[in-house]
Amino acid sequence: MLGYILRRIAMMIPTLVVISIISFVIIQLPPGDYLTSYAMALAASGEAVDETEIENLRQRYGLGQPVYVQYYKWISGILLRGDWGQSMEWRKPVKDLIWERMALTVFLSLIAISVSWFVAIPVGVFSAVHQYSLPDYIFSAISFIGTGTPGFMLAMVVMWVAMRQFGLNVGGLFSDEYIMAPWSWDRFVDMLKHLWIPVVVIAMGSTAGSIRTTRANVLDELNKPYVETARAKGLKERRLTWKYPVRVALNPFFSTVGWTLASLISGQTLVAVVLSLQTNGPMMLRALRSQDMYLAGSFLFLTSILTVIGTLVSDVLLAWVDPRIRMEG
Amino acid sequence: MTTLEPQDNKRRNDQILAEEQACPPPTDAMEPLEVLDDAPAEEQGEERLYVAGQWQLMWWKFRKHKMALLGAAILIVFYLIGAFCEFVAPYAPEAYFVRYKMAPPTPIRIFDATGKLHAPFIYQRDRTKDMETLRDVYIENPEIRYPVHFFVKGTPYKLWGLFEADIHLFGLAPEVEDQQVLLLGADRLGRDLFSRLCYGARISLSIGLVGVFLSLMLGIVLGGISGYYGGRVDTVIQRVIEFIRTIPTIPLWMALSAALPADWPVLRLYFGITIILSLVGWTGMARVVRGRFLSLRQEDFVLAARLSGSSELRIILRHMVPSFLSHIIASLTLSIPGQILGETGLSYLGLGLRAPAISWGVLLQEGQNVRSLAQAPWLLFGPAISVIVTVFAFNFLGDGLRDAADPYAR
Repeated sequence: MLGYILRRIAMMIPTLVVISIISFVIIQLPPGDYLTSYAMALAASGEAVDETEIENLRQRYGLGQPVYVQYYKWISGILLRGDWGQSMEWRKPVKDLIWERMALTVFLSLIAISVSWFVAIPVGVFSAVHQYSLPDYIFSAISFIGTGTPGFMLAMVVMWVAMRQFGLNVGGLFSDEYIMAPWSWDRFVDMLKHLWIPVVVIAMGSTAGSIRTTRANVLDELNKPYVETARAKGLKERRLTWKYPVRVALNPFFSTVGWTLASLISGQTLVAVVLSLQTNGPMMLRALRSQDMYLAGSFLFLTSILTVIGTLVSDVLLAWVDPRIRMEG
Repeated sequence: MTTLEPQDNKRRNDQILAEEQACPPPTDAMEPLEVLDDAPAEEQGEERLYVAGQWQLMWWKFRKHKMALLGAAILIVFYLIGAFCEFVAPYAPEAYFVRYKMAPPTPIRIFDATGKLHAPFIYQRDRTKDMETLRDVYIENPEIRYPVHFFVKGTPYKLWGLFEADIHLFGLAPEVEDQQVLLLGADRLGRDLFSRLCYGARISLSIGLVGVFLSLMLGIVLGGISGYYGGRVDTVIQRVIEFIRTIPTIPLWMALSAALPADWPVLRLYFGITIILSLVGWTGMARVVRGRFLSLRQEDFVLAARLSGSSELRIILRHMVPSFLSHIIASLTLSIPGQILGETGLSYLGLGLRAPAISWGVLLQEGQNVRSLAQAPWLLFGPAISVIVTVFAFNFLGDGLRDAADPYAR
């Protein structure tokens, strides 16, 4: 098992290298180099362009030198010094901007996934046990609608309803007075108050999908002979369901948690933009629009790393529950 | 499927027959699709099932899936609207009516104030200012009626840029100048939302098809190579696919489309976006194709073809592709909504198509600001509902096709 995990981690390294190259290429895609835009931005805001500062930056990022030198300088800055480059628009190092946003993104995704399981598993099991009953049809219809409705449109509708009915602007994760405030208990509590709308919107798609999966998996298990045996031996129906078929049916669930998490992180980008959450989506969009490429590239790189880690976790969990995978390697 | 033993085939066909008889033939509700229908199964007896070809069996199974038929009907209507948008739309997409800025939808009536039945008509609408909120309100004047005509002369247009015409599906008589029939209301410049939705349908719906077509080409070629030859080629292609799937889709789309120059003409931007969308889309297709190739490679009929001296290409095209084509079509259908949503999302963010291009995403972007949300919710709901209905229709259709793709299942 340990050998498998190590092999799997070793396989991650080339992937990460390629991802870093792609992110770097995307940083480089817009015409003109970063310093010319930086100097222009400075000039546009009416500030004096400090030639020595520009020259320092030019040295630091190896601009004007071959692309592979630039790439080397960029990636070694990240690996050795944790230096992600400079954000042109915010005039701050990228590393000061991204971590809080990434943390909120992951936090939001984790909450969303917990909520979706908390709802989906009982509902799915209930639907399977009471197959073709009225509640089963209702839940199935709801989950079908849920899987089809794109999250960002649901977000817009939620915004509209909140505004129409309650006159609220529900966007954002914090009240106005806490947006720029440093972290404190009050700020945390304030965030929890705002959290439920984004969580519901983000969790909807995966909840609906999970209901369908749980239902199908439990249905498959319910007809197996071991269930019949347990019933014949006089086990109470409720205990029987939860102890055997449900546990087996949920197996693939936990082993795909990494993929689910990854797709949630990708999928919530649009929702976050609509609801203007303080997560990575809106900031990346803004960076892309203003061609603040170091910032945008860092977000792309980091979200990809998250996906890679998520996949790793899933693979390890899969290997853990299924010996065939780790033996084959 | 081609490999089934005769008695095996008979047994399964019996099953289908039993199913056919258990479910009554579809009712008349699905009229547009009934054209292809034959006489009910009972009349010709079970003989019919044994001689039916694969596509025939699939059609029989497909038409039992009511929601899929509904989805297909909706999509046919939507695509027709997209194809003939110049004719369906009562106005040109850029035509604006100064007196109708953010005007709500025009109610189309068939009963007048006294309850008398007429051909469809609208009342004259007059704009006044609500002195309390200082907003424009439109009041109907039940004294004056304007009939809504079908196939009416209107603004001239060039259908597909080729044929000059001036007949529109519906509209007011040409001599009525100061009244407009705004089926879904008007936007902040006073442009007719319904007309713009029709034009948007052309771009939004076709982007899904073109994107999926590109994905399909890439997917079939690379997935086919991967699955048919196996070995090292397979490993490399699988690595590439795994890698592409690692990068989170939406951020990648955003980054790539932000790199498209802003001054590109609409048509080039359109293809740029399509290519970006299919860059990710082909991986799923390639996996399906590869899986099918891997399982079919072992089949006896492939071996038989090889032993009788068919060339590789002939084996692939004549024997293997037809037997998984139906699965490909089903998964193709299921992947179109993703591409349509991709375009919508990107345009909504301002990274995809931009005005003056008209797509549902562009319309959503125009309709989403807080002011229009409060005063003109139709600007948001028009495009949003169009997108959602399309997505559902494709999902239903794809589900039905997937079930029908394997007529022997269950």
